[in-house]
Amino acid sequence: MTETSPAQPTEALDATQPVLEVSDLTVSFPSEAGRVQAVRGVSYAVRPGEVLGIVGESGSGKSVSSMAVLGLLPETAEVTGSVKLAGRELLGLGDADLSKIRGKDIGMVFQDPLSALTPVYSVGDQIIEALQVHQSLDKAAARKRAVELLDVVGIPDSKRRVDAFPHEFSGGMRQRAMIAMAIANDPKVIIADEPTTALDVTIQAQVLEVLKTAQEVTGAAIVMITHDLGVIAGFADRVQVMYAGKPVEAGPVDEVYYRPRMPYTIGLLGSIPRLDEARAEGTERRALTPIDGNPPAMVDLAPGCPFAPRCPIAVDQCRTVEPELTVAEGADLPQALNSVRAGETPMAACHRAHEIGAGLDRDAVYPLPVLPEAGEIELLPREERATVLELDGLVKHFPLTKGAIVKRTVGTVRAVDGISFDIREGETLGLVGESGCGKTTTLLEILDLPSGQAGTVTVFGKDIRGLSRADRKGLRRDMQIVFQDPMAALDARMPIGDILAEPLKTHGWDKERIAARVPELLTMVGLEPEHADRYPQEFSGGQRQRISIARALALEPKLVILDEPVSALDVSIQAGVLNLLDELKTRLGLSYLFVAHDLSVVRHIADRIAVMYLGRIVESGAADDVFAAPSHPYTQALLSAVPLPDPRKERERSRILLSGDLPSPADVPSGCRFAGRCPKYAGLGESEQARCRDDDPATAVLGPDHGAACHYAAAVDVVASAPQ
Amino acid sequence: MSVQLPPATEPAPGPVPPTEAEGRPAKTRTSRMRLTVRRFARNRLALFGLFLLVLLFLGAYGGPFLTKWDYQQHDYLNFLASPSGDHWWGTTQGGVDLFALTMRGLQKSLIIGLLVGVISTFLAATVGAFAAYFGGWTDRVLMWIVDLLLVMPSFLIIAVLSPMFRGSTWLIFVVLLGAFSWMITGRVVRSMTFTLKDREFVKAAKYMGVSAPVIIFRHILPSMASMLIIDTVIQVGAAVIGESSLSYFGFGVQAPDVSLGTVIADNTTNATTYPWLFFFPAGCLVLIGVSISFIGDGLRDALDPNASGAKVRSPRKKKQPKSGRPTAAVPAQTTATAGSQGAAS
Repeated sequence: MTETSPAQPTEALDATQPVLEVSDLTVSFPSEAGRVQAVRGVSYAVRPGEVLGIVGESGSGKSVSSMAVLGLLPETAEVTGSVKLAGRELLGLGDADLSKIRGKDIGMVFQDPLSALTPVYSVGDQIIEALQVHQSLDKAAARKRAVELLDVVGIPDSKRRVDAFPHEFSGGMRQRAMIAMAIANDPKVIIADEPTTALDVTIQAQVLEVLKTAQEVTGAAIVMITHDLGVIAGFADRVQVMYAGKPVEAGPVDEVYYRPRMPYTIGLLGSIPRLDEARAEGTERRALTPIDGNPPAMVDLAPGCPFAPRCPIAVDQCRTVEPELTVAEGADLPQALNSVRAGETPMAACHRAHEIGAGLDRDAVYPLPVLPEAGEIELLPREERATVLELDGLVKHFPLTKGAIVKRTVGTVRAVDGISFDIREGETLGLVGESGCGKTTTLLEILDLPSGQAGTVTVFGKDIRGLSRADRKGLRRDMQIVFQDPMAALDARMPIGDILAEPLKTHGWDKERIAARVPELLTMVGLEPEHADRYPQEFSGGQRQRISIARALALEPKLVILDEPVSALDVSIQAGVLNLLDELKTRLGLSYLFVAHDLSVVRHIADRIAVMYLGRIVESGAADDVFAAPSHPYTQALLSAVPLPDPRKERERSRILLSGDLPSPADVPSGCRFAGRCPKYAGLGESEQARCRDDDPATAVLGPDHGAACHYAAAVDVVASAPQ
Repeated sequence: MSVQLPPATEPAPGPVPPTEAEGRPAKTRTSRMRLTVRRFARNRLALFGLFLLVLLFLGAYGGPFLTKWDYQQHDYLNFLASPSGDHWWGTTQGGVDLFALTMRGLQKSLIIGLLVGVISTFLAATVGAFAAYFGGWTDRVLMWIVDLLLVMPSFLIIAVLSPMFRGSTWLIFVVLLGAFSWMITGRVVRSMTFTLKDREFVKAAKYMGVSAPVIIFRHILPSMASMLIIDTVIQVGAAVIGESSLSYFGFGVQAPDVSLGTVIADNTTNATTYPWLFFFPAGCLVLIGVSISFIGDGLRDALDPNASGAKVRSPRKKKQPKSGRPTAAVPAQTTATAGSQGAAS
């Protein structure tokens, strides 16, 4: 259908020939501080039907390099090197020529599907436009093809949906539409830039599935750019790890994941919390190995390996000579020689790559941080500990109103619809759920200390409803919050000394005590006391989150509410913050309410977990029980959707894919809320289904500390946590 | 304060970090105020503005002692004389020494301008921020007042009210001018507060137990400092001019007393033929505006940590805390820019 342009030098694509070949690509931008060397020599080649994953943290140049391939960088960017699409050089082509290639030979999927679709045109029109720009199709044929494409990406009722506008689509559906546009013209290459980062984990699983289908349909090569090592593990054939604008390690997924040769890769893999973390009863939890320091500034890089300042095994040579990406010694050489060109050989940019795995133990590269011994309280059985926070049947409904002058209620948003849990001293409760399930409303309901609608909130044994003003203020002292975005949570105009002093001042500490406490707090979270005079923007994301934690701990609270505290951070930084939280909890005897959507993180930090769906808790219990034997179909789907940073396990796992999206909390289905999407429901008999439809399931007790709200709860192991 | 946990489960009495053992660190924390002053002092243009303003005040109050002429004295030998050694800035149509007259006018105008600027911006900030922060009825009532004041012809009201205050101090006039010039800014402040009050740092303060007025003055208003400062600068200029137009109609500063506005207004007709009559007083007005806006710029930069103007010029100049440790600030900042570039492109 697309074989039209005779200008293409290689019409019949040879499956062994690379379709996209990037060699020695460099990109630099002018900036106030000097030229920013965003990309410093990237080379890769992808063949048809192959998936190349590019991983790296923010600022590593992975997105910029793909933009350079597409010619979408601003004029000021200086791009050198070579980008060849099926033998044709793309760099240096004018915008008009590139426009003929973009969207036709190269399809694109961007991170934010809302801003990638024009809100004023229907989704169908946009796909039709993408078709008609590159093919001579008449309107009717294009429309037919658009409907077909929507079918391919799994949009139900595509004939009707083709006329829907982007805002009528959910995030996952928008991303599907984006993929439909990307494959509209049978591209040779699809570049996907963080295609699932903005999506929930069950939707991510769906979208990845769609991308796979899309690849099968078009036979295109995919360049997948992401920071998520789990996504790459299951999806890509080959990986390239980027650091400071350069690939530092490349090779087939298995090689890179099981036999990394570059300390950065080893650090990255060690710093991610894993869902399949084996945690036997009573044993020490595994400390994550954070990579110290921050990525370098991309202006005026010092000579030597850019990773050397953070590298625990750096030698003198690393600080003077930057290592090139070379075939790693120790790899099977004869085979290597054959396949160097095809990129099948593991390559690493490290002076000591040959030692790693041979003389140097991979696990010993990073010193394992020592977590403090479990405190007195943590050793007590749960029943003997004091209850810090207890929610009983908490309800928060928002009225939906209509009318400008006289407001009448037309509906109710059941954001939180009767949830109960309790947190004991020295315990971490992980509250997980997808966006829109009511996690944040629950938090705010606890923190606002309102005289709620129904249900009770009991903090330290006191019902918050009967509290006087002074009592409330006292309560605030014992209950603190750490927000998700460390930049937004700190007043940018206050030096951090004042930020840390604020809670102390508010609760009537005198000047001398504050002056003594501020450096104390900074040291506690691993910062220098001299930093008190600096402003928040002089710190990196991880450091800012440490400041947020220090502020929350200033008043020595008993309960800290953590609202997605690490989701805005890069993995190598995230590990340090998680370790800090672990350590502080033990040292100060804190209790955490840890709200997160990332189940791996929750797995790592939580003692107990509660899974929320549509304003209800569907399953709760000790973390080990819930992760080992998830019993609610939703928990099972959720857990099976989390990608593991382990290629072999990823390949063997089968995903429980949920159909559709989270229903609106304004229109809660009767009976079991999950029935409409439930994979189990579909396999039930008629009478059993009727029970799910009509009967709202109560929490069934499955163990001493494990319950699920399902009529037919049964445990299924979906994580495949074989001991390592 | 009354909420206590059972003391039995209390672990160690709070954290015991290493610093406590080592004793207090030598360097104490600098407060936001002192940091701001330090950052302001680093801005040359702002210091120049401050210097200019001080000079204007010195001239306004000290200038009359330097010349032998009084602003009420007529030199019948020199009508409309050009600047000379005798009359530095020339004389007016009535033979009054322009220098003495301008300095006298400057006294009034500086005070009126600065006070009105500060009063009206303060009113606007307070009313706007409180209305938006509390919402509900507070918001409604305060906005009714704002709308009422907006539709009332302020000029007429001041005109009607001014005979009542005749004979009493002209500072009442300042209050009146201030009271009628804050409403539009107040509405702008209100809408900005609506977005700010949902920001996480405001919520964080709220959940810490900080009271609402403190949140408003500590977090919300400083976050819109640039807007408020620019508004003050504009209001100062507008007040000087506004006062002169009121004076022209016989309200405000009354003859024989003068203000810069009246001096300019009286002499505009002669501006083309006897330019000094216009240029000297108008020049003083411009100098007020320039100095205020330089100071305002400096203040804004000092309050805004992102501004480059107030940063230490050469990082090497400041003593490094420890020689071995590179300051964490440098990589952090530049990574942020690199990251944003990636995102932007």
